[in-house]
Amino acid sequence: MSGYQGKKNIPRITSDRLLIKGAKIVNDDQSFHADIYMEDGVIKQIGENLIVPGGVKTIDAHGRMLIPGGIDVHTRFQMPDRGMTAADDFYQGTRAALAGGTTMIIDHVVPEPGVSLIAAFNQWREWADHKSCCDYSLHVDITEWHKGMQEELEALVKDHGVNSFLVYLAYKDIFQLNDSQMYEVFSVIRDLGAIAQVHAENGDIIAEEQKRILGLGITGPEGHVLSRPEEVEAEAVNRAVTVANQTNCPLYITKVMSKSAADVIAQARKKGTVVYGEPISASLGTDGTHYWSKNWAKAAAYITSPPLSPDPTTPDYLNSLLACGDLQVTGSAHCTFSTSQRAVGKDNFTLIPEGTNGTEERMSIIWDKCVVTGKMDENQFVAVTSTNAAKIFNLYPRKGRIAVGSDADLVLWDPDTTKIISAKSHHLAVEYNIFEGVEVRGAPLVVISQGKIVLEDANLHTTEGSGRYISRKPFPDYVYKRIKARSRLAELRGVPRGLYDGPVCEVTVTPKVMTPVTSSKTSPVKHTPQPVRNLHQSGFSLSGAQIDDNIPRRTTQRIVAPPGGRANITSLG
Amino acid sequence: MSFQGKKNNPRVTSDKLIIKGGKIVNDDQSFYADIYIEDGTIKQIGENLIVPTGVKTVDAYGHIVIPGGIDVNTCLQAPHLGMTPADDFYHGTRAALAGGTTMIIDHAVPEPGASLLAAYDQWRDTADKRSCCDYSLHLDITRWHDGLFEELEHLVKDKGVNSFLIFMAYKDKYQSSDTQIYEMFSAMRELGAIALVHAENGDIIEEEQKKLLDLGITGPEGHVLSHPEEVETEAVYRAVTIAKQANCPLYITKVMSKPAADVIAKARKKGMVIYGESIAAGLGADGSHYWSKDWAKAAAFVMSPPLSPDTSTPEYLSSLLSCGDLQLTASAHCTFSTAQKAVGKDNFTLIPEGTNGIEERMSIVWDKAVATGKMDENDFVSVTSTNAAKIFNLYPRKGRIAVGSDADIVIWNTKETKIFSAKSHNLTVEVNIFEGMECRGFPVVVISQGRIVLEDGKLNVTEGSGRFIPRKAFPDFVFKRIKARGRMADARGVPRGNYDGPVHDVISMTKSVPATPTTRGPSCPGKTPLGPARNLHQSGFTLSGTQMDDHIPRRTSQKIVAPPGGRSNITSLS
Repeated sequence: MSGYQGKKNIPRITSDRLLIKGAKIVNDDQSFHADIYMEDGVIKQIGENLIVPGGVKTIDAHGRMLIPGGIDVHTRFQMPDRGMTAADDFYQGTRAALAGGTTMIIDHVVPEPGVSLIAAFNQWREWADHKSCCDYSLHVDITEWHKGMQEELEALVKDHGVNSFLVYLAYKDIFQLNDSQMYEVFSVIRDLGAIAQVHAENGDIIAEEQKRILGLGITGPEGHVLSRPEEVEAEAVNRAVTVANQTNCPLYITKVMSKSAADVIAQARKKGTVVYGEPISASLGTDGTHYWSKNWAKAAAYITSPPLSPDPTTPDYLNSLLACGDLQVTGSAHCTFSTSQRAVGKDNFTLIPEGTNGTEERMSIIWDKCVVTGKMDENQFVAVTSTNAAKIFNLYPRKGRIAVGSDADLVLWDPDTTKIISAKSHHLAVEYNIFEGVEVRGAPLVVISQGKIVLEDANLHTTEGSGRYISRKPFPDYVYKRIKARSRLAELRGVPRGLYDGPVCEVTVTPKVMTPVTSSKTSPVKHTPQPVRNLHQSGFSLSGAQIDDNIPRRTTQRIVAPPGGRANITSLG
Repeated sequence: MSFQGKKNNPRVTSDKLIIKGGKIVNDDQSFYADIYIEDGTIKQIGENLIVPTGVKTVDAYGHIVIPGGIDVNTCLQAPHLGMTPADDFYHGTRAALAGGTTMIIDHAVPEPGASLLAAYDQWRDTADKRSCCDYSLHLDITRWHDGLFEELEHLVKDKGVNSFLIFMAYKDKYQSSDTQIYEMFSAMRELGAIALVHAENGDIIEEEQKKLLDLGITGPEGHVLSHPEEVETEAVYRAVTIAKQANCPLYITKVMSKPAADVIAKARKKGMVIYGESIAAGLGADGSHYWSKDWAKAAAFVMSPPLSPDTSTPEYLSSLLSCGDLQLTASAHCTFSTAQKAVGKDNFTLIPEGTNGIEERMSIVWDKAVATGKMDENDFVSVTSTNAAKIFNLYPRKGRIAVGSDADIVIWNTKETKIFSAKSHNLTVEVNIFEGMECRGFPVVVISQGRIVLEDGKLNVTEGSGRFIPRKAFPDFVFKRIKARGRMADARGVPRGNYDGPVHDVISMTKSVPATPTTRGPSCPGKTPLGPARNLHQSGFTLSGTQMDDHIPRRTSQKIVAPPGGRSNITSLS
């Protein structure tokens, strides 16, 4: 991974040289004791008792753990929502991220339906380049779908370093795509070598439930969770898995909030689907009982979609699945709104802007819930907070690993510090912290971003606009090696038969022959993408390493008949 | 149980009959007794009955006497791609009787956009003239149109229909969206009807069909390749989710694959009111035939959802049927001649869909499930007759041998075997998908409406003798639980004072449009007129009821009723 593109002309202090002595270096595969020397934002040397030139700032780690900086794969800083903008912008947000030990974020570009994806992408780039304090990258959300967008996706992948796109199965009549559109998007994404992310909730059911709940006179935040039961999340995950299987497209479920949705992902993985699940700080650290708080402002602060599950055993369950590998990456889905912004929906929960905090608290919550409890070790902790994300999104080994040549995004982690999360002390602009009063063990002591110390002695030294855009190449090996192998296997063959020469019924009634008409009606859509899309490579997912390998279907398919062989066709009776 | 629905067609109901020496098998017990039948009804059951002279005696020694089979899914008239099925109401019901089935429930399929009532009348008209056994009708909802809900109500209240089928497949033709499904489920729950679902994801199927045709695969194997079982499973899962939200009883027609059956079994374990119907083809054959080199044979198996190419599927489905995870059996009988199937000889999407099974169903279930020891004779009666009668509110008029029940009775030979073949079946089609299969168990005598229609291997049916059997709404077997859940399901808001803190000024006018509530105008035209009739407070929020997540704090907090007018602490900003 060499191309360190994406640097900008904003003055940055990269010439810092830094030596960390006596650290226990923790990667996702092993831990070892060594010194580490970095220069120009890159790790130059790792070894025992390094001898370095004078004048180099030295930090003595005293045997504490040094981990790769966290990667928060899901943020929505500055996101516009129905005329409002999220309270924490790229400056506030990345500052909070760094304070919590996260040195890179991947934000979501949300184009207004009707706006070009590239225009929206450029808009986000501009915001982030001016404000971001840490390296960042961008997912692009597909908020509508029509033929012309295929070129835009291609341009984003090939020229702008985007390798992940999100489709919405919720937000009916705003962002929601139907199953046919999802199928087409997935096919395009697979051919481009990108990753299909899905916001999984059934928007049709939600719209109906919202009407019903409002009809019952329930207008408060509890209506939000009542109208979005977890079955609706699990259903959408199941559907996305089915479509991904058919299109042989790698799938990534954002915001896994409930046990049932996580179970669907776990089962799909057992059946061989290439699918990844992302629980977030909120679902790992708290639950949905707060929606019934008598304090409206507090209840409203928890509004996010899919909602936090009212089942209080959910966080523990999700942490366990994260520990055992059924879920792989963690984000924060950080998207905060002030209480007065939330209050726009004070008489109607469907108008409350959605999103919770979590970018600052993510690493500590996982340490506290998973490592302290013995569910995972420090190496797994690195995997789920950083390395897996870097692998899936093709940032590895530049990010997500402590190795010579990798970026100097490092965190000196203190496993024993305890702190109480509170809105009084957090680095955010909002009045509420959904983890208010939660005591967590484990916190960053020193945070190094691009080789520069940004957190030391509990003081933040961030520079607005110092974050670089990190472009990501398509076809990440970690994801696509299996996808490619499957599409090679997936060639379908018909049965070689002679021509049917028996009698054919004459269909007299013309208006009834609707199906052929309708299918050809929709196929014009097909003709345009055809030249670009090589259908012979498309993955029919019943092949590949599937559980039903034993069935006769494929064996039969592979029988190649002698060319021109005439089979016995019509033996009537 | 009023025996309405009789017609003026000349019928021979004055036959008096006595069945002697058989072992009577109901779904709950078996016992030895004689049965006396008069005017099409069972009059007496007892040991060594003394009956008036001049009564014909049927000897049932050595055999079992069971309630006539009920085939809950037939398509004897529904046109497909412009063609009418080869076996119509006459041939179909004749074959049904020959196989031991004395009642069918046929699907009336209106042309998309046409009125349901018109289709109902048309089906009634044909079936009254042609049917040889009692019948009832499901109505299929093929398009969402204005006045649909009024039609549903009319059909339920005045026409004796208590089940409607919704398609999740056949895109741009019959397929309904999730929103429509939700609204129809809600309407059906209010009316006390059962929602039947054809579960396949039509969007995915259409894409797969295009892909396969582009690959040059045009034969019948393309049909099964474009309908993989995941696509069936996905749709079942989605239907279950929606039914749970709408608190509506759900019935999945044609369960054809293992994973689809598993979804149903799991949903039942979670407390859902859901029923799964396996069919003769799914229990007796598998999808490997789609790769037959004989085009006509391969095409004969084309149906949706397709038979699974996994050859262990039939055994799996019959096991689930035996353990109660699936509850009833049908045939989905819908046959087309080879010439009709050949319309799709160059394009599998044009092959009319459907297989035979109406005649073979009972024997297949006996052979696969009873002869193998998976179920006993009582279970056999359940899955071929009694459960269907209970679910569709025909019980105990049908589905049971008891005094007062209809004299639809079958004397069943449990020992000998019979070989299915197109040469000997009572159908008009050239191919039988069970060709050459040897089955243990078949009917020796079939009595329909108190009349012997099969004896000594000879059929003696009367065209038009079948009566329409109306079915009432709110079958107890299904709706007792639904009603209890509806009562439990009042969702309550949290009593709070008014929020009195600052409110952000939303500047941009265009964006402030409330997202979801407004956007639904055109999609549900039938909804508005229904509004007043539908009591939203009774509608079932299904997270309540006896669910597995009963322990969670949600509902407890909901039920806290605050002192009236009580002012709670609202805005304590940090």
